[in-house]
Amino acid sequence: MIRLKDVEMEYDNGTRAIRGITLTIEDGEFVFLVGPSGSGKSTIIKLLTGEVEPCGGRIMINGFSVSNISGRQIPLMRRTLGVIFQDFRLIEKKTVYDNLAFVMRAVGARPREIQERIPYVLKLVGLEDKAKSYPTELSGGEQQRVAIARALVNNPNTIIADEPTGNLDPERSLELMDLLVQINALGTTVVVVTHEKDLVDRFGKRVITIDSGHVINDSVGGYVGGHIHG
Amino acid sequence: MAKHNFGYFAHEGLSNMFSHGFMSFAAIGITVACLLIMGTFTLVAVNANELLADLERENEILAYVDDSYTAAQAKALQKELEAVPNVASATYISKQQAMENFAAEYPDEELFQDLDPEIFEDRYAIKILDLEQQKDTVEQVRALEGISDVNAHEEIAGGFITVRNVATVVCVALIAILFVVSVFIISNTIKLTTFDRRDEIAIMRMVGATNGFIRWPFVYEGFMLGLLSAVIGFFLQWGLYEAVARGVGNNDTMQLIHIVSFQKLWPVVAGSFAAAGIVIGVGGSLSAIRKFLQV
Repeated sequence: MIRLKDVEMEYDNGTRAIRGITLTIEDGEFVFLVGPSGSGKSTIIKLLTGEVEPCGGRIMINGFSVSNISGRQIPLMRRTLGVIFQDFRLIEKKTVYDNLAFVMRAVGARPREIQERIPYVLKLVGLEDKAKSYPTELSGGEQQRVAIARALVNNPNTIIADEPTGNLDPERSLELMDLLVQINALGTTVVVVTHEKDLVDRFGKRVITIDSGHVINDSVGGYVGGHIHG
Repeated sequence: MAKHNFGYFAHEGLSNMFSHGFMSFAAIGITVACLLIMGTFTLVAVNANELLADLERENEILAYVDDSYTAAQAKALQKELEAVPNVASATYISKQQAMENFAAEYPDEELFQDLDPEIFEDRYAIKILDLEQQKDTVEQVRALEGISDVNAHEEIAGGFITVRNVATVVCVALIAILFVVSVFIISNTIKLTTFDRRDEIAIMRMVGATNGFIRWPFVYEGFMLGLLSAVIGFFLQWGLYEAVARGVGNNDTMQLIHIVSFQKLWPVVAGSFAAAGIVIGVGGSLSAIRKFLQV
């Protein structure tokens, strides 16, 4: 479960990115986080992944209190999350298999677990025949599927996708969102940050709209609000 | 560290090393040069110390007994001399013995073979414990009643002490400076690797890798750079030392200088080089990776 209570965030340069946000995302939910550029969406992702600390309020993620988390607990908290980025962030000199294996190794998985888990996850994202390919040999959609596989491979409670369809054409974007919905159906909480109104409206999920650091709408069904600049 | 990770860290460390072959070569070259300079000055200091120890063992001060003293009175001075601080032993040499020793020193000079012992003085051959305190000891012996004069080769002892002290000071200063330089160079080499792998490090952090897991491959890289430098440095130092030892041995004017055999020194040199190389390598890698582990 993700819970933000009166969260404030101000950067060193004086920018107040988040102004007293309170929201709760229950386990197993599928949530879109939408809003215009500079609204505070990316800051929320950074707060959730422990990259920045809030200036005020409380953040709880999957049983960890991020507001006063110790340095030793940050890796443990991050193991409950799988993060997907707009630019995929795959390691080009590693094969698809090695891109996944190295994140499993990073959290202490044994060779046998790695050998068993990776084929399963690659099958889940429809890339079972691409294990030996390098990222540069794949299309944008396939690369983003590898990124999803990498986010899933350590079996996290929550997937956080930051503009996952930003570099994909509409057809691939739809396929990718379908895949995230399937993953959600298996019990994983999914938070998707996006500015693509059509996609949001199409899936009829919970939508949290952020603007100027505030939650301006939290409803199920579709995007509410204007001024989306990407 | 889990056993299955050991091979992974070693493999990653080694591939890091080869991914920046030229910088690794430069880092090893600089570290070898630093180890050689440190090693050379240390070995000079070791040899100067050994020479001083030889001098201390062989160096004798001659204390002459006043002519007015009888043989019995002269012999009675032995206890007083041995009570002087820093005196290891005092051996009485009578006039007769002194004459015989002198004649034995010049067996080919007939003129010296039949001298009157009375032209010699009774004397004591004194050995001292610490050559650096020789000057004070000479003064104390000279001050004793019944001692007319003291003969000591203070300038030779002083020369060796100066060489030893200079070598020690230069050695300590160079070790400090070169150590910092080596750590800096290795640190920069590994910074290149960390820069090259910054995406990988960011992903590892994002998926919850511990700092230790992220750090280990770079520590291995530094370890291997340092160890390789130590091995190369050791063999070069060995060759250099043997060449200098041969040069000194073949030089007529340096016959008195006894060079300590490398066979005696190699375990200490090998151990010191390995320890210094590893500390430099690991220190450099830890300093390079530090900023990547802050969040």
